[in-house]
Amino acid sequence: MIQPVAIYVLWLREMKKFVRAKSRLVGAISMPVFMLVFLGLGFRRVAIPGLPESVSYLQYIVPGIIGMTLLFTGASVGMSVLMDRQFGFLKEVMVTPASRISIALGRISGGATTSIIQALMMLFISVFMGFRFPVLGDFLLSVLVMLLISVIFISISLILSSMMKDVHGFNALTNLVVFPLFLLSGALFPVSNLPVGIRIFSYLDPLTYGVDALRNLMIGYSDFPLYVNIGILLTLSCVLIGISSYSFRKSKSV
Amino acid sequence: MSSIQLNGLTKKFGNLTAVDNVTLSVGNGELFGLLGPNGAGKTTIINMLTTLLLPTSGSAKIEGYDIEKEADNVRRNIGVIFQEPSLDIHLTGKENLEFHAMMYGMSSNERKKRIIEVLEVVGLLEKADIFVENYSGGMKRRLEIARGLIHHPKVLFLDEPTLGLDAQTRRKIWEYIKDLNKKYALSIVLTTHYMEEADYLCDRIAIMDHGKIVSLDTPANLKNHLEGDIISLEISGKSIEFIDALEKNPEIKTVKNNENSLSITIIDGEKKIPELFLLAQNIGIEIISVNLRKPSLEDVFIQLTGSGIREEAGNKYSHFHAGTRRRLMK
Repeated sequence: MIQPVAIYVLWLREMKKFVRAKSRLVGAISMPVFMLVFLGLGFRRVAIPGLPESVSYLQYIVPGIIGMTLLFTGASVGMSVLMDRQFGFLKEVMVTPASRISIALGRISGGATTSIIQALMMLFISVFMGFRFPVLGDFLLSVLVMLLISVIFISISLILSSMMKDVHGFNALTNLVVFPLFLLSGALFPVSNLPVGIRIFSYLDPLTYGVDALRNLMIGYSDFPLYVNIGILLTLSCVLIGISSYSFRKSKSV
Repeated sequence: MSSIQLNGLTKKFGNLTAVDNVTLSVGNGELFGLLGPNGAGKTTIINMLTTLLLPTSGSAKIEGYDIEKEADNVRRNIGVIFQEPSLDIHLTGKENLEFHAMMYGMSSNERKKRIIEVLEVVGLLEKADIFVENYSGGMKRRLEIARGLIHHPKVLFLDEPTLGLDAQTRRKIWEYIKDLNKKYALSIVLTTHYMEEADYLCDRIAIMDHGKIVSLDTPANLKNHLEGDIISLEISGKSIEFIDALEKNPEIKTVKNNENSLSITIIDGEKKIPELFLLAQNIGIEIISVNLRKPSLEDVFIQLTGSGIREEAGNKYSHFHAGTRRRLMK
């Protein structure tokens, strides 16, 4: 049973905290900004094997860095659940009659909104560096893709947080998961350059399809057709929302 | 009909039985106390009754709803004030209450009206728009009580409501709790390890130790249980003869000897003091000081649970929690 009011109030709380904590925003986008600036400029003249000459490296990595922003901010949502647990607020949420799927959806929608805002900021910053802004239709579709990417990684983060109890352990675990996901996804270089044994893992990485879909929409270059990418992302999103609300029901809030 | 009914409720954490086969019932509008040393299982009972923990065995009903099978209905009917602070300190007092009211699906008009009402009850109306970060410990506690009341619960759970608060704030919170119980005929379950709190507030008290209920009665009856007053005597000289003489007296229940002081349990203590002096004079013992007191709940408590200080079986987070708590309660 989905309760829109409960989802809305959890989303609203996230928005209020996001607007009030400006330092959090600066901290969150500084890393992708550095990656974009230094990799984009540093490898500007390098011919990357597997890339057609018409695609410059900057054009190539902007969708990758946007994917990275979505991955990293999504992964931190589980962290905020654990912080709520340590500050006792999770108990307050869990004793209310709001259905557990509404609680999971509230978390996901709040996290997805902040992730997408940060991803769009990255997109606008890259325009100043010479990235061509996509046409309106493609732009709107890429926001949809961003939403799907966020939902996937926030759900994974929520599932992990329900299994972990303390913040430090969770941090270590997310680093262990997040960096391989990022590096395998083809965000920085074409997946086809990886040896076959490793490339298999790339194809198991949801971010591969997310970044590929963004590339398709933003620079018109991709490995897979758009409908394949979106199909995979959409299916995964639905399955993971289901698992994350189940894990919320089973998780211990005390 | 009783408001809360526990039937053989049990919770095990690995080898540790935190709550051991507890059966009791709390009537409608009753103010019921769970009293016990640290680690006795009070909070675990509250966590099970508020649907945050599943029992290992046994069952419990609140307002007729099973805590396992009808958890949503239970949640709708209860208000909870947790032992650890559970406010979002980055939101204002009012925002915390709004969050809560919306989670219970209250309409916008109802919400506005009710939030002002509960803020008035706890006297925080003027501070409603301040961030909770800047609240004092007592204000936070009062805000949590207000929050627990918004959705018109039938049963209110208060887990150590005055822990870590100063004497004045504690008094105030006691008055709120009494008021709520009387005005709204709210059934209230509170846990505490402060004797005077349980004594002052509760209609009935269950004394818990090692997950079990060791005694359950009204505060007055629990105290009567000890039968008699406690007289402490400080004496000089050889006491053996004196103690022998005291022990022969059928009116004296117990005599405890501790170097030069004696502790005697006796009925109608006030009237017996002259007799004691006479007896001492006859044996040739000097009484240096005398002290008489009525038994407190604490005496009952110590008699039932033993006097040793309990080392709380904390987990690796308890240190962190303690730190958080100190910070939040500043």
